[in-house]
Amino acid sequence: MSFKIASSPHNRISRSTSEIMLLVVVACIPGIAVQALLFGYGVLIQLVLAISTAWLAEALIMRLRAKPALSRLKDHSALLTGVLLAISIPPYAPWWLIVIGTFFAIVIVKQLYGGLGNNLFNPAMAAYVMLLIAFPLQMTQWLPSVSLQAESLNVLDAVCAVFTQYSCSGFSISQLQSGIDGVSMATPLDTLRTDLAAGLTLTESMQQPVFYGIAGAGWLWVNLAYLAGGLMLIKLRVISWRIPVAVLGSLFLISTLSWLAAADSNPSPLFQLFSGATMLAAFFIATDPVSASTTDKGRILYGVLIGFMIFIIRKYGGYPDGVAFAVLLANMTVPLIDYYTRPRTYGHKARGADK
Amino acid sequence: MSDNTNSIRELAVQGLWRNNPGLVQLLGLCPLLAVTGTVTNALGLGLATLLVLLGSNVVVSLVRTVVPSEIRIPVFVLIIASFVTVVQLLMNAYTFGLYQSLGIFIPLIVTNCAIIGRAEAFASKNAVLPSAVDALMMGLGFLLVLVALGAMREILGQGTLFDGADLLLGDWAAVLRIELFALDTQFLLAMLPPGAFIGMGLLIALKNLIDARLQQRQQQAVGITRARVTTQ
Repeated sequence: MSFKIASSPHNRISRSTSEIMLLVVVACIPGIAVQALLFGYGVLIQLVLAISTAWLAEALIMRLRAKPALSRLKDHSALLTGVLLAISIPPYAPWWLIVIGTFFAIVIVKQLYGGLGNNLFNPAMAAYVMLLIAFPLQMTQWLPSVSLQAESLNVLDAVCAVFTQYSCSGFSISQLQSGIDGVSMATPLDTLRTDLAAGLTLTESMQQPVFYGIAGAGWLWVNLAYLAGGLMLIKLRVISWRIPVAVLGSLFLISTLSWLAAADSNPSPLFQLFSGATMLAAFFIATDPVSASTTDKGRILYGVLIGFMIFIIRKYGGYPDGVAFAVLLANMTVPLIDYYTRPRTYGHKARGADK
Repeated sequence: MSDNTNSIRELAVQGLWRNNPGLVQLLGLCPLLAVTGTVTNALGLGLATLLVLLGSNVVVSLVRTVVPSEIRIPVFVLIIASFVTVVQLLMNAYTFGLYQSLGIFIPLIVTNCAIIGRAEAFASKNAVLPSAVDALMMGLGFLLVLVALGAMREILGQGTLFDGADLLLGDWAAVLRIELFALDTQFLLAMLPPGAFIGMGLLIALKNLIDARLQQRQQQAVGITRARVTTQ
């Protein structure tokens, strides 16, 4: 019998990549459930499409690279990419959109860079940005939440809508986008930006039905659900608290400042935190272990960068949400951040200390 | 004579494949990526580049003994610029539609490093005939890459081939337009610069794959017969 001598810490959990990825997927489930309840079943169909495409694409590339496909599929990273992309795109987007997007995420963004662990960019977000740039129309056809939809869609309708862009009873997506009063609706973030650009004040814009509640109909609950899932991940120590706290903290700080400075043209900090994909980004997307910074200080810097960028893109950009662009831009800075925030090795002096 | 044909064949292999300006030297990427949205544009710019390259290589080769080496680069640029002006005026006169759609990229042929590269690396050291052949082959290699990339992007982007060919080749060429499939929405990525970069990367990968396969086959052949196949 041999005694293994190991240095501290002695009491630790070592998880395989596969377990971590699976836990992240599990933590998404509350958010997905709320999204499906409040925005229709489309998201579930997108999930099925995305996951199957992700697995197929991964298996295909593994075959091309002459590596065992099954063992790679078991690391669940393709599954996670598929899930993240499926919940980011509009629930009734046409089926080929998610197929192209997932294929792009797995093949081009992940595998062509060398596979899991080597990709520079977050695959799901890079694919989201690709889709947004290539198919701006389809990528912005968000439906209002179920309570505001004039026509309610059952599961069969959702399948029809995703595959043919018409519900089984023959309503087109643009008809479905209109609310009860027949006015077509976008997401709260989009509506707000359009209204503010049109010269309305915040209070005037907020009169619209899409804005009931703090952060717009339905979006508050979706964000709360992702927040819950994210807190679970921190509790289980799957992700470090630094990135989410830095993202949310910096977004809160800058939106509070802007709100205090000009409350008529800037939404409240709570609206910023609980609208769009803020929580999803902070807990699930920015914390991607491959494309995020790896040092403690670096993670904070990286998170702060994402938070500020989300605010700036939401305020000045022309897209529905700023999360994907913010994450990609921050991904680019990661090598630099990591280089300058390398922790001091124990027993060595800090760089420049002896000067 | 056999020596001559050998060297011509070598020049062809170098220009079209082994040292292809687009795929291997990666020269002239700016027009390569910018104008390959359709086959017609690619073909137009490829032909223009080919003509300029041919003219400049021949003239540079003719004056190579007269030009002092200290000022050779400005002289080469002047020669290239005059040919570009000629081509630009010709395109303005005969293919006005294409002239408009290529826009700034015709005058920018002056800055195409593939051309000055050939002038400096080949034409300034060789006789007129090899220089002309070299220009022809390099230009053709560049043209082929442009057309391949243009075809890829046009098919993916709008599902057609030779859209607007009449702008380049005259009215009869309108029949060349092939509609492979009708798309409700264009795949904008293929039409935008990122699509060009990705497409270019895929083309280079394809070339490297073919090269690797060829080498493998060659090695196998060598292994069996134990004879040298190449003279190198």
